[in-house]
Amino acid sequence: MSQVTLNAAQIAERLAAIRKIIAKAKRFDTFFAILGLVSLMVGVLTLTALIADMAIRGLPRIDLDFFTSFPSRRAANAGILSAWVGTILVMLVTALAAVPLGVAAGVYLEEYAPKNWMTDIIEINITNLAGVPSIVYGLLALGLFVYHFGFGQSILSAGLTLALLILPVVIVSTREAIRAIPQMVREAAYGCGATTWQLTRDHIVPYSSAGILTGVIIGMARAIGETAPIITIGALTFIAFLPTAPFTGDPPAGLFDWVMAPFTVMPIQMFNWTSRPEADFLVNAAAAGFILMLMTLIMNGLAIWLRYHLRKKIKW
Amino acid sequence: MKSLKIAGLVAGVLVSAAAHAQVPLVKVDGSSTVYPITEAVAEEFQKSKKNTVRVTVGISGTGGGFKKFCRGETDISDASRPITAKEMADCKAAGIKYIELPVAFDALTVVINPKNDWLKEGKLAELKAMWEPGAQTKVMKWNQVNPAYPDRPLKLFGPGADSGTFEYFTEAVNGKAKASRGDFTASEDDNVLVQGVSRDIAGLGYFGYAYYFENKDKLKALPIVNSKGKAVMPSVEGVMSGEYEPLSRPIFIYVSAKSAERPEVKEFVEFYMKSAAPLVKEVKYVPLGDADYKHALDNFGKKKTGTAFGGHNEIGVKVADLLKREPKE
Repeated sequence: MSQVTLNAAQIAERLAAIRKIIAKAKRFDTFFAILGLVSLMVGVLTLTALIADMAIRGLPRIDLDFFTSFPSRRAANAGILSAWVGTILVMLVTALAAVPLGVAAGVYLEEYAPKNWMTDIIEINITNLAGVPSIVYGLLALGLFVYHFGFGQSILSAGLTLALLILPVVIVSTREAIRAIPQMVREAAYGCGATTWQLTRDHIVPYSSAGILTGVIIGMARAIGETAPIITIGALTFIAFLPTAPFTGDPPAGLFDWVMAPFTVMPIQMFNWTSRPEADFLVNAAAAGFILMLMTLIMNGLAIWLRYHLRKKIKW
Repeated sequence: MKSLKIAGLVAGVLVSAAAHAQVPLVKVDGSSTVYPITEAVAEEFQKSKKNTVRVTVGISGTGGGFKKFCRGETDISDASRPITAKEMADCKAAGIKYIELPVAFDALTVVINPKNDWLKEGKLAELKAMWEPGAQTKVMKWNQVNPAYPDRPLKLFGPGADSGTFEYFTEAVNGKAKASRGDFTASEDDNVLVQGVSRDIAGLGYFGYAYYFENKDKLKALPIVNSKGKAVMPSVEGVMSGEYEPLSRPIFIYVSAKSAERPEVKEFVEFYMKSAAPLVKEVKYVPLGDADYKHALDNFGKKKTGTAFGGHNEIGVKVADLLKREPKE
């Protein structure tokens, strides 16, 4: 073994070479950081510009009257009452249908289904379903809900259509939330003699509820802006009344009469206004768009908040 | 016991939902061109009835509207063109009889950029040279339409092929419905056409009068040379006097004869005919003459079912003559 001895100059030379390599690597780091930031900004800035544009045009139009007025031929009197009520009721039906179905399907696939080729095929198909264009769901719903089941052009038809649309999202997020639960929880439960149902009811569903809720809300945030399937099943454009509230009217309406009522939703109201000749309606459209965006942001914000708070309670 | 009670409750709710008498509802669907008029009438009608009657208006297009109408799903169909032979057969097969009522005129307006200083009036022959199917990929410059015009690219804007406006314009200008060159900027959204022509000095487009009227500061309308050789600007007066032709067309509502027996539908249609004139003007369409509305109301009262057209459109037809014809089913 021979020892190489270096004099000061040689050391300095080698250090300089090493520094050069490091500097080169760091240059690439900086380059990628900038590239990444620019890529991020493309999305964020587009969204900001959109929101800002709609806010600048639409905000002057937004007052209490805008929320409490029905559509009208006069832009200044036209409001979004039937649209926002319709959107919320449709979303309610969507949630009531999609959550039990989606969670049950997700739990079954994770906890009950045998791991064989059948299950694999089902899994692949669920992932594929998430990519089916929404108009296809609309056409399916037109044939199935509107005509075959005779639900007509109602809130029920629209809610069920959107429920189908977000079902894959709910199933996938349920499964992911369940997978995050450590195996030891299951082993402990089975060790104590619990059945799969007891395990699911007392442990799996409560522990995964944060993830499930997040998935549901993200799905709903997608559904709230959907226009194509709702137009396909025949949402209306001019509707100047609200569905009869339960137990009101004469004779009193039943608890669920409102699900059969005709309706409109925010994106359709907005779309109609953008195609009107009067420039004032474009202001209304911008205002409606801003509120729709706000509704989506609130839902997404709720998802983040819920996830944070529900997760805090769970300690493995 | 508990589950029995729940079952009873659910059944009770369902039964009450089925048995519950609804507020009277009038369902209208169809053309987006007629929509603003029907919307205005519906708004005023609900106000005058203090919301004891409900009216809904959808936009499925004239064709889509007739599909629903002939399945018996709607009471009234908005139509920017007369019912076609095929739609008549569909309605007949389903046993749906209907009363055809003209409600207003729409003046198709040919517009150019305000900076365009070479085109003074719209001659049908020149419009045909621009729009006929044979012009496709051949007539690409203004000086090919008329040597006196500048050597500028010809930029054409028009509605999409599903629109009733497209159908009427092509029949009136090119002589055959839906026969048009395909290489123009087409959009179902008339505001896109407004933007296109207002931004291009060499642009020319056509759409309904309301879109021109609301964008007068951005566009110039062409006076159309009529069959008597007179150039007439699109306007309420021009259309009402019959001088603005052949680009003005009547638009209609079709009322199901069966629905018309329901008091709310009957009242709505009567209200429509009686209060249409000022409302039509307000939404920038051209009203029929007072006598025509009365005549239409009379036809409705007598339940004259069928169409005055017999399954095909006609150019330059007078509404008064239409209303006198014995309708065919």
